[in-house]
Amino acid sequence: MEALLFWSLAVVAVGAGIAVFRVDSMARATYALALSFVAVGLALLLLDLAYLGVVTVLMMVMEMAIMAVFMIMFMMNPAGLMPMSMVHNRRGALALSVGVFLSLAAVALLTPWPERRGTVPEDPTRAVGTGVMETKMLVMIGVGAVLFTTIVAALVLSASRSRYDVRGGRR
Amino acid sequence: MTVDAAPVWAALPVLAALLAVASAGAVLDAALPGGAVGGGARAARPFAETARLLRQRRRTTAVRDGLLWQAGVAGPVVVAALMIAVVPFGGHVVADVPVGVVWFNAMDVCLWAVVWLAGWGPDSPYPLVGGYRYLAQALGYELPLMFALTAPAVAAGSLDVGAVVEAQDGLWFVVWMPVAFVVLLLGVAGFSLWGPFGAPGGDDVAGGVFAEASGVDRLLLLAGRYALLTAGAAMAVALFLGGGAGPWLPGWLWSLLKTLAVLGCLVVLRGRLPGLRPQVVVRLGWVVALPVVLLQVLAVSIVVVAKG
Repeated sequence: MEALLFWSLAVVAVGAGIAVFRVDSMARATYALALSFVAVGLALLLLDLAYLGVVTVLMMVMEMAIMAVFMIMFMMNPAGLMPMSMVHNRRGALALSVGVFLSLAAVALLTPWPERRGTVPEDPTRAVGTGVMETKMLVMIGVGAVLFTTIVAALVLSASRSRYDVRGGRR
Repeated sequence: MTVDAAPVWAALPVLAALLAVASAGAVLDAALPGGAVGGGARAARPFAETARLLRQRRRTTAVRDGLLWQAGVAGPVVVAALMIAVVPFGGHVVADVPVGVVWFNAMDVCLWAVVWLAGWGPDSPYPLVGGYRYLAQALGYELPLMFALTAPAVAAGSLDVGAVVEAQDGLWFVVWMPVAFVVLLLGVAGFSLWGPFGAPGGDDVAGGVFAEASGVDRLLLLAGRYALLTAGAAMAVALFLGGGAGPWLPGWLWSLLKTLAVLGCLVVLRGRLPGLRPQVVVRLGWVVALPVVLLQVLAVSIVVVAKG
C-alpha cells in the first residue's frame, strides 16, 4: 500500500515537473510546479514526518500562488492572457539538467547507505530538529521570534502611511 | 473527553452533515431581511436556485483555460471537505492527523490557489480582478489567522485537534483567548469571501470570481462558500468552544449544534458589517490584527509556562 502511494506520488511529482516546461501558459506552468511540490510534501507523510509534509504543502502552495502573480506581472502582458513558452536556451538547459539529474541519481544509487541503527523515534519531526540544531535549539527559537517581530514591526511602521493615504490621514 | 479515529465510512455522514449545515446557512442567509428582493417563500430560495442552476446550460467564454477553471470551480467544496475531515465530532474524527491544526491551515492556503484559478480560468476581466483581490486580501488575513490557530495549539501543547479538544476539559479556550477566537472567525470569513471580505466577488466588479460561472459551476462555487464557512465554524468550535463537550446530549450533537450556532452568527453578521476594500483588509490585518493576536499568543505562552 505504502509502495503504491509512494510510486503514484512520485509519478505525479515528476510528471507535473515535466509539464512545467511543456505547457504554454504561465498559470499552468506555475500550478504544475505547485502540484509537483504538493506530491513531494505528501510523500514526506509516508516517512511519518507529518509536520514537515503538511508544512511543505502549505508553504509551496502559498509561494506558487504569489509567484504566479509576479511572473505574470513581469513576464507577460499585464493581464497575462497571452500564451508563452517556458523554455529558454533549449540545448544548454537540456544538457545541464540531464547532467545534474544523472549525477544526483548516481550519488543516490552509488552511496553506501548506512544500516539503520536503533529504532524509529517516537516523534521523528522533533528528532530531525534536534539532529539539525541540537544545543542551539533555544537560540534558534529566540532568533526566529525576534526576526519575525522585526518584520512585523517594520511593516507596521512603513504601512502606517501607504500610497493609498491620499490626504495622509487614517481611514 | 477523548477523541479517537472513526472508521472509514464515517467520512460519508460527516460529508453529508457538512452539506446539510451549509444548506442551513444558505437558508438562514436567504431568510434574513435585507437580502435580495423578495417574492415567494424567501427561505426556500436557495433550493429554487439550486434547481435552476442544475438545469441551466453551462455558458463559457471564448478562450478560457478549461482545466484550470474547473480546478478553481470544484476547489472550494473539496477544500471544505478536506478541512472538516480533521475536525472531531464528539469523540470521533474522520482523519486522525497528528498535525490537524497545520492541515487546516494548509487547506485554507490551498484556497489562495483555487479561488485565483476560478478567477483566472474564464479569461475575462472581472473574474480576473476578483481573483487578484482574493490573493491581496489573503495576504492581509492569513498571518493573523495562523497565529489565531497557534494560540490553542500552544495551550494544548499539541497540533492534534483532538488533543486541543481534550485540553479544554473544564475551561473552554474562548474564555481566556477571546482575541484569537475573534481573529479566527474573521479569517474564516476572509477565506470564504464573506461579508466584509466579499470584495473578490463584489458587485462593483460584476460578481468578480462568480461573474462568468453558470450552471453547475456557479452552484459549486456558491455552495463552496457556505461549505467553507461551515468547515471554519466547525474548526472554531473544536479549537475554542470545547468541541463536543456539554451536558445531557451526545458529543457529536453538541459539536453539530455549536457549529450551527457559530455559522448562524457568521451569517447574521454578514449584512450588518460594512464591506472592506482589499487594501484596507491588508492594512487592518497587519497593523491591528497581527500585533493583537501576537500579544494573545504571548499571553497564552506565559500562562502555559507559568503553569509548568
